[in-house]
Amino acid sequence: MVPLSWYLALSAVLFTIGVVGVLIQRNVIALFMCIELMLNAVNLSLVAFSRFHNDVTGQLFVFIVMAVAAAEAAVGLAIIISLFRNRETLNVDEADLLKL
Amino acid sequence: MEFAHILFLALASLAVVAAFNVILQRNPIYNAIGLITVLCCLAALFLTLNAQFISAMQIIVYAGAIMVLFVFVIMLLNIRSEESVTDRQKYLKWLAAPLFLALLGEVIAVVRHVERFQPPAPLPSANTMNNPEAVLGTVESIAHGMFTDYVLPFEATSVLILMAIVGSMLLARREKKEDIERIEQALAAQEAEQPIVEDSEEEVAA
Amino acid sequence: MSSLFNSIDLQYVIGSLVKIAVFWIFLMLVVAYMVYAERRVLAVIQNRLGPNRVGWQGLLQPFADLIKFIFKEDIIPLAVNKWLYIAAPVVVLIPAMMVLIVYPFGPEVPLPFGAEIGSALNSLGSSLGFDWSINLTTINLYITNFNVGLLYVFALTGLGIYGIVIGGWSSNSKYSLLGGLRSSAQMISYELALSLSVVAVLIQAGTLDLVKIVEGQSGWFGLKWNILMLFPAGLIAFGIYLVSAIAETNRVPFDLPEAETELVAGFHTEYSSLKFALFFMAEYVNMTTVSVLATTLFLGGWQGPFVDRYPWLGLLYFLLKVFFFLFLYIWVRGTLPRFRYDQLMNFGWKVLLPTALFNIILASVLGVLFL
Repeated sequence: MVPLSWYLALSAVLFTIGVVGVLIQRNVIALFMCIELMLNAVNLSLVAFSRFHNDVTGQLFVFIVMAVAAAEAAVGLAIIISLFRNRETLNVDEADLLKL
Repeated sequence: MEFAHILFLALASLAVVAAFNVILQRNPIYNAIGLITVLCCLAALFLTLNAQFISAMQIIVYAGAIMVLFVFVIMLLNIRSEESVTDRQKYLKWLAAPLFLALLGEVIAVVRHVERFQPPAPLPSANTMNNPEAVLGTVESIAHGMFTDYVLPFEATSVLILMAIVGSMLLARREKKEDIERIEQALAAQEAEQPIVEDSEEEVAA
Repeated sequence: MSSLFNSIDLQYVIGSLVKIAVFWIFLMLVVAYMVYAERRVLAVIQNRLGPNRVGWQGLLQPFADLIKFIFKEDIIPLAVNKWLYIAAPVVVLIPAMMVLIVYPFGPEVPLPFGAEIGSALNSLGSSLGFDWSINLTTINLYITNFNVGLLYVFALTGLGIYGIVIGGWSSNSKYSLLGGLRSSAQMISYELALSLSVVAVLIQAGTLDLVKIVEGQSGWFGLKWNILMLFPAGLIAFGIYLVSAIAETNRVPFDLPEAETELVAGFHTEYSSLKFALFFMAEYVNMTTVSVLATTLFLGGWQGPFVDRYPWLGLLYFLLKVFFFLFLYIWVRGTLPRFRYDQLMNFGWKVLLPTALFNIILASVLGVLFL
C-alpha cells in the first residue's frame, strides 16, 4: 500500500508548481490553467485523506470543488474573452489600468 | 518495492513533468495539453485510491469539458506564441526557483509527520456485495452522502452553476447595436440634465 | 522481483489479456466489414451494385482497402505542427478502442474443452513452480465490470474529442481548423443530450454497472427490455439516444463538418494514407461503441428467449442487435439529407436537451409511482 505521505508530497509538489506558474506566467489563459492545477492538487489531497480515514466526505468535497472549478472556469474564460476584445492582447502586464 | 509503488512513481513523475510543461511552455496549446496530461494522471491516481466515481468525474468534467472550453477559447482567440515584449519584472523570474524550493521544503517538512497513519485495510470489491453503498468510493456511497447529509452544498452548487451560466453568457456576448444605442441615449440624457461644468464657471466669472 | 509478480494477480492479468486479444480482433473484423457493408448497403439503396469484384461478392474488399491505405504516399505538409499532427489520429482511436473492456457480450457460458485446458494449464504451472488454480469450465463473456462502467464509457468518448480538435488545429489550414471546431462543438452539444437521455434507463436499472444493467433485464421470457419499462419514458429516451448517438459519431444527417461538399473534408483534410485510415477506423469504432451501448441499455444486451438453457444464444442475440443498429446507421445514411450547421446546433440545444430533461422528470415520477 502506498503510504499517505507520498500522495501528500505529490499534492504539495503540484500545488507549488501551480503557485510558481501563477507568478511567472504572462499569458492570462496559461495563468488560469495554473490556478486549475492548484485546485487539482488539493483534490488529490482530499481524496487521499478520504481513503485513509475511510470516510466518503472527502470525495463529496472533491465533487463540489470540481463543480465550483467548472463554474469558475466558465466565468473566468468569459472575462478573458471580453478582456481580449477590448485590449487585443492577452499579456497580464498590459492590463494594469481600469480605463483602456 | 511493490507494483503499486512503481505505478505511483510512474504516474507521479509523468504528472510532475506535465505540470512543469504547463508553467513553462510558451504556446498556450502546449500548456493545455500539459494540463490535460496532469488531469489524466490524477484520475489514474484517484483509481488507486478507490475513488472510482471521482476518477470518472475528473475525466468527464475536468478533462472532457473544462479543458475543451480552454482549448476552444485558445483557438477562437487565435493566440500565437507569446513574444515577451514588455517584461517589466524580469527579476521575479530569477527569484522563482529558490522560492519554489523553499516552499516545497516547508510543505514536505510538515507532510513527513503524517507517517503515523496506519495503512488502511483493502476494501472489498463492490461487485460482489449486496450493499454497494457501504463500500467507499462507489456511486451509491457518494449518492447516499450527497443526498442525505450534504444536500445543502449540493443545492447551493446548483445555484452557483446557474449563476455561472447566466454570468458567462452575459460577459461573452458581443455588443449589439441596441445596446450601443441605448448607452448613447442614456449618455445624451445625462448631459441634457447636468450641463457641462464650463457654462457655470463662465457665468460665475461674468 | 518475485514479490513484484505475486503482488498482482498474474492469472487475472494474463486471462484478461487473452480475452482482450480475442475481443479486439473481433472488433477489428467488425470495423473492417462495416466499411464493406456500408458500401454494399448504400449501393442497394441507391439502386446500383457495390464492390463485388475482390473475392466472392467482394468480401475481401476491406483487405484491399487496407493495402491501398498502406501503400499510399504519406504526405506531411510543411507548415503543420508535426508532433500534434501525428498524435491526433492516435488520440482519437485509442480511447474509442479502450471502451471495449466494458462490453457485456454474453452471459456466463460453458467453454467447450474448458476443463481439459484448465487442468493442462494447471499442470504446466505446477511444473514451472507456480501454484495456479485455473478454472476454465465457464467463462464470463465480458472483460471486466466496473461499478461505474457507464461513466467510464462517457469519459472515454469525451476524451476522443481532443483528437479532432488537435487534428484540425495542427493542420494549419483554415478549413481544417473550422471543421475541427465545428465537429467538436457538435460532439460536445450532443454528448449532453446523450448522457441525460440515459438517466431514464438508470432510474429503472438502479446501477451504473453495464453487466448488472443487462442482468436486470431478464424476465418476461427474455423480453423485459429497458425500452419498454417506465412507459413512455423508455421510448422517449431511446429516441433521444438514437438521434444524439448519430450526431455524436458525426454521421449523416449530422456530418456537415466532414461532408465532401463543405469545408473540403473538415478536420481530416490534410491527412493521407495511414493516418486518415486511423481517423476512419476511429469513426467506425465509435459507431460500434454507441450501438453496443444502445443494445445494452435499451434492448436488453444478450437477453432473449431460451438464453438460460443455451447460454451461447446470448452471444448470438447480442451480435444480432448490434448489427441491427449498425445497419440502421447505414440505412439512415442512404435515406436522409444532411442538416445545416446552425440547424444542427439549434436542434441539439433547443429541442433535444429540454426533451431529455423533461424525460428525466417523467421517468422519476413514473419511477416513484411504479418502482
